[in-house]
Amino acid sequence: MPAVIRVEGLSKTYASGFTALKDINLEISQGEIFALLGPNGAGKTTLIGCICGIVNPTAGKITVDGKDIVADYRAVRAMIGLVPQELATDMFETPWATVNFSRGLFGKPQNHAYVEKVLRALTLWEKKDSRIMTLSGGMKRRLLIAKALAHEPRILFLDEPTAGVDVELRREMWEIVRKLRAEGVTIILTTHYIEEAEEMADRVGVIAKGEIILVEEKNELMRKLGKKQLVLQLSAPLTEIPAGLGAYDLHLGADGNELTYTYDTRAERTGITALLNDMRAAGVTFKDLSTMQSSLEDIFVDLVREKR
Amino acid sequence: MNIEAVRAIYGFEMSRWGRTLMQSIVSPVLSTCLYFIVFGSAIGSRISQVDGIDYGAFIVPGLVMMLLLTQSTLNASFGIYFPRFTGTIYEHLSAPVSAFEIVLGYVGAAATKSVILGLLVLVTASLFVPLRIAHPFWMIVFLLLTAITFSMLGFIIGIWADGFEKLQIIPLLVITPLTFLGGTFYSVKMLPPFWQTVTLFNPVVYLISGFRWSFFEISDVNVGVSLLMTSLFLAVCMAVAWWIFRTGYRLKA
Ligand SMILES: Nc1ncnc2c1ncn2[C@@H]1O[C@H](COP(=O)(O)OP(=O)(O)O)[C@@H](O)[C@H]1O
Ligand SMILES: [Mg+2]
Repeated sequence: MPAVIRVEGLSKTYASGFTALKDINLEISQGEIFALLGPNGAGKTTLIGCICGIVNPTAGKITVDGKDIVADYRAVRAMIGLVPQELATDMFETPWATVNFSRGLFGKPQNHAYVEKVLRALTLWEKKDSRIMTLSGGMKRRLLIAKALAHEPRILFLDEPTAGVDVELRREMWEIVRKLRAEGVTIILTTHYIEEAEEMADRVGVIAKGEIILVEEKNELMRKLGKKQLVLQLSAPLTEIPAGLGAYDLHLGADGNELTYTYDTRAERTGITALLNDMRAAGVTFKDLSTMQSSLEDIFVDLVREKR
Repeated sequence: MNIEAVRAIYGFEMSRWGRTLMQSIVSPVLSTCLYFIVFGSAIGSRISQVDGIDYGAFIVPGLVMMLLLTQSTLNASFGIYFPRFTGTIYEHLSAPVSAFEIVLGYVGAAATKSVILGLLVLVTASLFVPLRIAHPFWMIVFLLLTAITFSMLGFIIGIWADGFEKLQIIPLLVITPLTFLGGTFYSVKMLPPFWQTVTLFNPVVYLISGFRWSFFEISDVNVGVSLLMTSLFLAVCMAVAWWIFRTGYRLKA
């Protein structure tokens, strides 16, 4: 898939002197759901702000569909819809007025049929003439999505779409995002919930302390996540892995006192029984054993901790 | 040019204004009319004429200017401050609109509102005092120029302000006093020579004088100078607005 967004060497230092982004390089593919995963303060909102024209980057270059976001801002911005993290709305307006306003602001001629379609899709049609301040939090969130979709963007940014949202609403949000992707919209969402990245994303980028520390296909990440380790405390230390056990993914550690076997929990066979049989045949005995699982959560926490 | 965006902003601002009819239209018109009823009849019974013009009529152009200045600044500053306050400004910043289009939408709407108010006051005034307009074309020119200039000023204030009090400070502490001291209720020529000179540093004098001239062909300063000063002020405001968008001052982090 061709890259639709290309970020090169992007840095942002705020007026306060704080550096929120450090030399970010990132490519977003056409039609994918990309999750930007990172703890609070990692720089997710800043990164989105730089791409969408809300934050002035300190250094770097960003292109969307091959067009520079500064030189060609009209063409670029017409392609992009942004749902901000904060629920910023015109309290005294109606959903109908505000969604039509958004469409106009982005340079599209009025199209009431399309706006109706968007409002219906986000189950806001019944509320179209109510004052926005009378809407619930979930409705306001959907309204912001409706506003972002009003000009038929090809790329949608969702900044923490489910932060502080209950489970049911979260599922509903995920449903909406999937439908949009099915219509060909490229989606970049930020989250600090791992399960959200797991649930939604085609690819995941982990950001911490203003740096992208990992970008991976979600499935690849899940494969890593599916790995489990069996740790055997040996009765007597070994100097090397016996020849009879060469077929297993083994690692000898702790001065030869610990043998670690890595296996895939989702494979048909884990190979544990065979390993233990072969160990007995090779005369290797152990006094204790334990298993360890590295979850995405662990990977995430490890990566983030390393940055601290 | 993103005409749709200008239309969207302009329409949005006008509908907000229309929705609060009492507060945004009736009350400024009413309070301005009270001025010329009270001042016109109270002072008018003592000073019957200024420069051969009936006092009640003499103060009308000044009052219209006063309304125009305060309403333009207030409306335009509120118009742009509100989205900054609620956070909805993110949409303007991420939209394919130029600074010029944003200014056109907000300033255009604010200027339209104050011109409507000014004309309403003029119509109301003509019911009470004998008004004649010697140069309708120039009257409209001054009206538009002033409305646009002070809407620009208001726009700048709305971007500079970081609280609701600051929105009120300039209109209240600067513009209103300058209008009172700028010859709304008197001819500058009625002042002692020293104060006449001081007054020339008050930009509002040029506005009121020029505007009044378009009605009665009497003026405190030369009409050409009035026109020049007003245009100059407009140019300064435009330069500041251009700088704001170029640097993202108070808009972008
Ligand atoms: N306008 C600003 N001025 C100074 N620092 C800021 C500003 N906005 C954000 N920051 C800082 O930049 C860092 C990244 O913020 P943000 O991008 O909002 O993170 P995230 O969205 O990942 O939670 C935080 O430490 C935050 O305090
Ligand atoms: Mg954020």
